[in-house]
Amino acid sequence: MAVVAPLSDAVADLVADGDTIALEGFTHLIPFAAGHEVIRQGRSDLTLVRMTPDLLYDQMIGMGVASGVVFSYGGNPGVGSLHRFRDAIENGWPRPLEVEEHSHAGMANRYVAAAAGLPFAVMRGYLGTDLIAHTRAREIECPFSGEKLVAVPALDLDVAIVHAQEADREGNVQLWGIPGVQKEAVLGARRSLVTVERLVEKLEPRPGGVVIPGWAIDAVAEAPGGSEPSYSLGITERDNDFYKFWDGLSRDRDDFRAWMGEHVIDGAAA
Amino acid sequence: MATAAPTDATAAEVQTVVAARLLREARSVFIGVGRPSTAAILARMIYNPDLVLVYESGTIGARPYRIPLSIGDGELAETADAVVSVPEMFNYWIGPGRIEVAFLGAAQVDRLGNLNSTVIGDYDHPKTRLPGAGGAPEIAAGCGEVVIVAPHSKRTFVERLDFRTTVGFGDGPGDRERLGFRGRGPSAVITDLGVLEPDPESKELTLTRLHPGVAIEAGREATGWDLAIAANPDRTEEPDQAELEALRELLER
Repeated sequence: MAVVAPLSDAVADLVADGDTIALEGFTHLIPFAAGHEVIRQGRSDLTLVRMTPDLLYDQMIGMGVASGVVFSYGGNPGVGSLHRFRDAIENGWPRPLEVEEHSHAGMANRYVAAAAGLPFAVMRGYLGTDLIAHTRAREIECPFSGEKLVAVPALDLDVAIVHAQEADREGNVQLWGIPGVQKEAVLGARRSLVTVERLVEKLEPRPGGVVIPGWAIDAVAEAPGGSEPSYSLGITERDNDFYKFWDGLSRDRDDFRAWMGEHVIDGAAA
Repeated sequence: MATAAPTDATAAEVQTVVAARLLREARSVFIGVGRPSTAAILARMIYNPDLVLVYESGTIGARPYRIPLSIGDGELAETADAVVSVPEMFNYWIGPGRIEVAFLGAAQVDRLGNLNSTVIGDYDHPKTRLPGAGGAPEIAAGCGEVVIVAPHSKRTFVERLDFRTTVGFGDGPGDRERLGFRGRGPSAVITDLGVLEPDPESKELTLTRLHPGVAIEAGREATGWDLAIAANPDRTEEPDQAELEALRELLER
């Protein structure tokens, strides 16, 4: 059964230096509060896994917690580039970053295989592109029809962290709205943490609600507003202005570090 | 209408209206953010109210009132017929070819409609690191047809891609079939100067239409290869007053 714990304790217990860690959320329910806690605790040499690195991984990479990133789309959605992510890849600042990239379909299927406890997933994709030579995907033959398909290896995740709207006291979690790959991430990782907007006495069924039983999760931590500037449908709104603001601020290394110092490192209570 | 005094439409407005007109008859369209999203929302407003908008975030049948900044904006989920996970989106909807038209953009396009959205320069030491593949490779493989929307310049329309992220017609006719792709591949490239369509035999992108006031020479000069040009390129009909007003109103919401 999930332990309901303060965020700082849960991160300290579950995340270690050198881990391969996924903080998921496909444009919605992005676990910013948990990612900021990982930065504050000074974790290092993490391999960060995520379909859409977004601003949170831009911040984590820029603060030097990562030695590698596994992803499929590294942009600021609707705005442009992730400048800290690019600076790490193009110039090795603040440290070199190993890159393994996939397509969205490839990453999604790698999560599916991990959740299913299978070594790989089968899909149509990658064929004819330059991606296949630069990533972990192999052409295979269907044993029944002989059709050429592609296998992608299951993700090997030490930790998954996701954000949801609600959990009850037993740590059963419910999220709704765009579900991304959060359920697959939690079920595909050795350890998992779910931060939630609020703890409730009883989960009420929601249209499209995804419920993850508490016994399949290691820890649940309350983090109201914990997905901002992303959002938690029905509770908070996406702060589109922040995404635009970040495009300017993050271009400069010193401005970036100063902002992180003020808002993330010193703003531990936020 | 088309021969009346030119309207004051900008090149961007013409490009958006032309993209929207392509969706008059479509049942479903897969879109990212930016101009393609604006075009699809406009098409729903003025031509095709039943058009199903599908966003990569998992929202199927979204009915946004405003143009979303991101594909995951709350309004898309709140107005959609169905909201599905990312694995479901790719494995159940895109892969089997359930979506009719896909709009894609790219940093580079070659003469066979292949796309680069990964790097400019060498892969291991890139001059510019672009966002990467996202959903494009499987979208272009699976959806019924692909419409590419891109600015017309030598930087974008290149002789040789720095990286082939997404297959259009690969190395030429027959390649898509050989690779087992379900969809027919690129059907049009809409630029701010005109429209390119694949030659039925060679699949080479050919300039078949010019937007109002654009000379053939401008298209040739903005293309990084020796551009094939149709014998008598069509002329894009000027956006009419209703189209322009709807577009401008949408952008102001």
